[in-house]
Amino acid sequence: MKLSRAAKRTLLAIMAIGFTFIYLPLLLVVINSFNTNKSFAWPPTGFTTEWWSKAAVNEGIRDAVMRSFFTALIATTIALILGSFAAAAITRYDFFGRDTISLLFVLPIALPGVVTGIALNNVFTNFFGKLTFFTIVIGHATFCIVVVFNNVAARYRRLGVNLQEASMDLGANRFTTFRLVTFPLIKNALIAGGLLAFGLSFDEIIVTTFTAGAGQTTLPIWIFQNLFRPNQAPIVNVVAAALILISILPIYLSQRLTADKG
Amino acid sequence: MQRSPKARAASLISLPLAWLLIIYIGSLFALFITSIWKIDTFTSEVIREFTLQNFIDVVTDRAYFNVTIRTLIVAISVTLICALIAIPMAFFMARIARPKSRPVLIALVLTPLWASYLVKIYAWRTMLYPDTGFLNWLISPLGGSSPGFGMIAVIIGLSYLWLPYMVLPIYAGMEKLPNSVLDASADLGAKPGRTFFGVVLPITWPAIIAGSIFTFSLSMGDYITVQILGGTFQMLGNVVYQNFSLNLPFAAAVALIPVMIMIIYLGSVRKTGALDNL
Repeated sequence: MKLSRAAKRTLLAIMAIGFTFIYLPLLLVVINSFNTNKSFAWPPTGFTTEWWSKAAVNEGIRDAVMRSFFTALIATTIALILGSFAAAAITRYDFFGRDTISLLFVLPIALPGVVTGIALNNVFTNFFGKLTFFTIVIGHATFCIVVVFNNVAARYRRLGVNLQEASMDLGANRFTTFRLVTFPLIKNALIAGGLLAFGLSFDEIIVTTFTAGAGQTTLPIWIFQNLFRPNQAPIVNVVAAALILISILPIYLSQRLTADKG
Repeated sequence: MQRSPKARAASLISLPLAWLLIIYIGSLFALFITSIWKIDTFTSEVIREFTLQNFIDVVTDRAYFNVTIRTLIVAISVTLICALIAIPMAFFMARIARPKSRPVLIALVLTPLWASYLVKIYAWRTMLYPDTGFLNWLISPLGGSSPGFGMIAVIIGLSYLWLPYMVLPIYAGMEKLPNSVLDASADLGAKPGRTFFGVVLPITWPAIIAGSIFTFSLSMGDYITVQILGGTFQMLGNVVYQNFSLNLPFAAAVALIPVMIMIIYLGSVRKTGALDNL
């Protein structure tokens, strides 16, 4: 589309403002993690790496990171299986109630998290007896399924069925067709959906506060618990800065994966 | 192996469907049932007897009506702000930027989606801190001051959090637009502005609505950001959170307000095809 110079300049300016809006607060957190001033008044008063070395040996953080990691790992595994099954069924077959079911598969992300949280809390405490580590995982898996479903379903819709039909016309059975044709085609959607699900689970707090058992501190819960403690502020800030720096990795990976999908 | 397509579909869908029906829909249903139960006001124990009192309390108490309105105002503001920023950004990235730089641009927008929710809100807490925060330092020479913590801060924070959720579907929608449609519009004499408002925007409307489902729903159910950036400001999520350990049936009744609003919203946008763009 051809635009006038003025229109192009306006758009460029909006892009610049948009990116400043996105990155300035994050940049500030990273800078503040080296700030000697404990209350982070701006501008910084001096440079120190003290907070980073303190955070590195903090056991509470290490414990919370491990718990978040395993929660995300299990929830993502469940979601990859169930989400891709559902995507295959809904996009490739026509059956009674399909539209209703596909609406059902967006509900867990379309309804507010506080509702999911209190609904699960109610059921877990009344029927399962109490909240544990696994109640966190069940809660996370529920919205992770939706994320994987969305990614894989979008890929299936774009694929159509021609390639699979060609494969079967040439004599391959259903399993061989899946292994040699379908799976390679949806592989990237699975990885992208899996990464997104993992990231969301690792980061989730709204549902988690309602479903975490006593002492089951995930990393977001740890941050939230320590956020209002003035003494812990520099350590919390380091964790925040570390998370920002680490978050560049999955984005790089998923970018590599989607770049070659054509 | 040679089963009918129906049987294959059924075997694929049964497990994920069972998970969602039992765990998710089952929980929502149980929540609804709980909202029509009574409570022992001394022990906070739920008594399984029918009552509509919780709903009557929610509807008749002016305070909850006000919280609902405030929550709606925040959710609508956040959705509008996100749309106003996301539409030009997505348009630039999908149609104007050189194809080679598009993946880089989209990665730059996506990165904050991966940064932790709490980290982002925390970042805004340091930005908005009254008197000593960065924003205050930035605009105080101009005679302004940080809005401090409250409704404005919550709207800024939530807009920041959910912006990528708005950019992504709109970008995907605009990228799919065939060039021939835009060329046709130009050939028929439309100026770029006319093409944008008369062709690009209507075709990508479902994608914009899809983004709005995220921003609207996520804003309405939030209570953590409100605690961190809101000061004394409260939203529906906070009412639910504060009541759920003391009076679960009442909290359940309050939680059904955002559910009703979301169901009405989803129902009214279903025809646009937005749900396929999620």
